[in-house]
Amino acid sequence: MSEAVRVEGLTKDYGRLRALSGISFSIREGELFALLGPNGAGKTTTIRILTGLTRATAGRVHFFGRSIFEDPLYAKRMAGLVPQATNLDLELTVWENLFIHGLLFGMSRGRIRDRAAELLRFAGLWERRRDRVRTLSGGMRRRLLIIRALMHEPRILFLDEPTVGLDPHIRRRLWGLIKQIQARGTTILLTTHYIEEAEFLADRVAFLDRGRIVALDTPQSLMATLGEAAVDVVSEKGLTTRYFRTREEAEREAMRLSRSGESVTIRRVNLEDAFLHFTGRKV
Amino acid sequence: MRGFLAVYLRELLIIWHRLPRMILSFSVSPTLYLIAFGFGLGKHLTVHGRPYLEFLVPGVVAASSMMQGFGINVEINVARFYLRIFEEFQAAPISNWAYVLGEILGGVTRAFLSTLVILAITMLARINLHFGPWFFVGVFLNAFVFASLGVASAMIIRSHADQALVTNFIITPMVFLGGTFFPVEGLPEWARLPLKLLPVTHASHLIRSAAYGDPVPRFSLLVLLGLSLVGFFLAYSSVDRARD
Ligand SMILES: Nc1ncnc2c1ncn2[C@@H]1O[C@H](COP(=O)(O)OP(=O)(O)O)[C@@H](O)[C@H]1O
Ligand SMILES: [Mg+2]
Repeated sequence: MSEAVRVEGLTKDYGRLRALSGISFSIREGELFALLGPNGAGKTTTIRILTGLTRATAGRVHFFGRSIFEDPLYAKRMAGLVPQATNLDLELTVWENLFIHGLLFGMSRGRIRDRAAELLRFAGLWERRRDRVRTLSGGMRRRLLIIRALMHEPRILFLDEPTVGLDPHIRRRLWGLIKQIQARGTTILLTTHYIEEAEFLADRVAFLDRGRIVALDTPQSLMATLGEAAVDVVSEKGLTTRYFRTREEAEREAMRLSRSGESVTIRRVNLEDAFLHFTGRKV
Repeated sequence: MRGFLAVYLRELLIIWHRLPRMILSFSVSPTLYLIAFGFGLGKHLTVHGRPYLEFLVPGVVAASSMMQGFGINVEINVARFYLRIFEEFQAAPISNWAYVLGEILGGVTRAFLSTLVILAITMLARINLHFGPWFFVGVFLNAFVFASLGVASAMIIRSHADQALVTNFIITPMVFLGGTFFPVEGLPEWARLPLKLLPVTHASHLIRSAAYGDPVPRFSLLVLLGLSLVGFFLAYSSVDRARD
């Protein structure tokens, strides 16, 4: 499988603030890669540089072997961007928003018509195509934002916190949509500060903390570094968690602790444990 | 080319969706000017041997096309700071030329709309003016110059408050002083010279000469053509400053 995205030593300074300190990663074609990190970690900055909205201070980025800084127009045609803040034209209709996007990417009117119709049906927005975006719900706007980014058939889709601020059931619906987009062969870079989103969607996850990648692997491998089971112990000192290679070891320890009067819970290790372990703090 | 079309078409669609409101708002201040200065003050006044109203109408057209052309900056600011559509343009494979030209022509289109509204209002009063091709060339150039400046200022400024400052200190004085409401020739020398440097002075001169059926003032035409070019390059070179 070929390499869709290659990022090497990417650095970004905003004045004296170093938002990204030489991060490197690569994404295979067709893969869903997640950047997981708390607010201010540098997720949006990374996406903005990769989509040509912000200039990098140092580093190299290639899409399918071509430098995006040397060939920005090629990079822009390859990339679809779903920004963190919804940026639709509220006064225009759903259809008009897609049409303008198609023109911006040099599509012919016939191709715009076919593609928009297909995507509107795909996202369940066909019935709303003549309505102004202002009249859509938050979940619908997010779906429109995503299919707008897909209009020009980008090979790499950038999703910056695509489900932030949405209701749980709408979030799950979007997850389904994102999985379907991946299944159609699109490479996806997604950022999130929701652990379960990364765990559910990503083939591989990079933990981003204060502009650095502190760990990068499949969710399973990241969790496996801690073991299989976790024991949460609540005492006067607060909550502490201990990790065990197997469930049996965890049960033995839990038994011992509860005999001495502590309140304990056994559970599976999750990605949040791994994040805490690698960064020393919560997302 | 499609990039330019996309940017311009977006502006056209915004105008289209707001057309009734826009026409209404375009008609307010010209109507007030015409009532206050034309019918109220100017009934017995003559300028250049014509009724003041005939002097005033081309001036109001010049002022209005200038303001509406420059007014594209408000749209751009809304698109940039509130809707964030500007990022959609920046992430698209279009050139800065396409973007700038699309927005400038968006401003020019608004200016033409406001001009048509004024002409419609003036039809109600019987006046003896010609609205031929040179009249519209004047409106076009005036709008083009100020729309370019509008685009440039929208790229350079960092907030909405700064924008209001620019409008108050630069555009509003020009509305009143640029040969729009009174003839610049009547002023003392020290005041006349600086006013002759204003683009809108040349625009009102060109538009008014055309409306009077007088020969085209070549110098003013050249000045406006030159300023259109300068404005366009200014707008073009300011686009990258809006990026961080
Ligand atoms: N335009 C900017 N100017 C100055 N600092 C910025 C700018 N954008 C982001 N930052 C800073 O860079 C850091 C990373 O921000 P960002 O990439 O938005 O993080 P995230 O998306 O992970 O929340 C933060 O400290 C943020 O304050
Ligand atoms: Mg962010």
